[in-house]
Amino acid sequence: MSVMKRVTLIFRSKANKALDRMEDPRETLDYSYQRQLEMLQKVRRGVADVATSRKRVELQMNQIQQQSNKLEKQARDALGAGREDLAREALTRRSSAQTQLGDLQTQYASLQAEEEKLTIASQRLQSKVDAFRTRKETIKATYTAAEAQTRINEAFSGISEEMGDVGMAIQRAEDKTAQMQARAGAIDELLASGALEDVSGAPRDDIQAELDRMGAGNDVEFQLQKLRGEIGGGSAPELEAGSASDSAGNTARNNAQVPRPATPPADGAQPTIPASDVGEAALPAAESPRTGDGT
Amino acid sequence: MIVRILGEGQLSVDDAATAGLNELDATLSDAIDRGNEAEFRRALKALVAGVRAAGTPVPPDSLQPSELILPYEDADLAEVRKLMTDEGLIPG
Repeated sequence: MSVMKRVTLIFRSKANKALDRMEDPRETLDYSYQRQLEMLQKVRRGVADVATSRKRVELQMNQIQQQSNKLEKQARDALGAGREDLAREALTRRSSAQTQLGDLQTQYASLQAEEEKLTIASQRLQSKVDAFRTRKETIKATYTAAEAQTRINEAFSGISEEMGDVGMAIQRAEDKTAQMQARAGAIDELLASGALEDVSGAPRDDIQAELDRMGAGNDVEFQLQKLRGEIGGGSAPELEAGSASDSAGNTARNNAQVPRPATPPADGAQPTIPASDVGEAALPAAESPRTGDGT
Repeated sequence: MIVRILGEGQLSVDDAATAGLNELDATLSDAIDRGNEAEFRRALKALVAGVRAAGTPVPPDSLQPSELILPYEDADLAEVRKLMTDEGLIPG
């Protein structure tokens, strides 16, 4: 049998089964009208649910976009500082964020389409329910048992088909929204855990930490240059040791082996933090958001 | 003849278009029997597009039932199979 006929047949038999018939046809009219009003409520709730999901996806898109912008800026800064490795890392993460963004955009469009469809379905059902109410009152006013059943059947078959269609549309929208909410939940978790910024398994925002460290390091280098100029040749070996530990990045342990005499002159230059402390200070700053989000 | 596209509403289709639509329907039926998802997609799209092209929307306050009902344009094979059997669920 043809697809259209088969679907029609099944649909009609189901729609008729859904209709409980009362003894007095007039009661059936009122009862069906109540069901229609309930269905209208349901489809409106459906529209609201889909809109909520859509807004959530929108929020996530904004968050990821911000993250992506930040990573781009970090890549630029890193490249400016001659750190191609850091720039590469930042761009890799950015590309991962862009992929997520593309996925969310698809979801967003799908939810938007669903919302539109349900809104139109709700308007269509409203029109039919209004028409049914008018018809119902006319039938009741001119009620004669002989002709009532035919006229009632006519009014019913059209509206019950619409109710079946709308009911299924709501079901479909709910299924889709549930799927997307599960995915949105997963992305929320991703965002919270910092994993989107953390493709390589390194601590969260370690790129920024490294850039900060370099910024501080350059400042120390600058101060050292200045001191070197002021003091003259004598202290050169210590300064070299200090800068070596600084560029090694992590830091505190290396610095423990650096001859102590390097620090007193640095203390003299007021705003400068000793190289050994820069590494220490930068690390907890980099770790803290991670631990904060982890809890 | 009034045709409903599920999720989309009713259209009044000229009887002259019936033969062409039946052909598209037969193609769809074959695709479903063979379980070929790609063919099925194409056939369903063609059928829905054919009905849309040949029909004019029925006013929303009409209470007329449809003679024929078509699945959702974006329905997948499993969904249409469900619509063709007793499992098809119509709440309300």
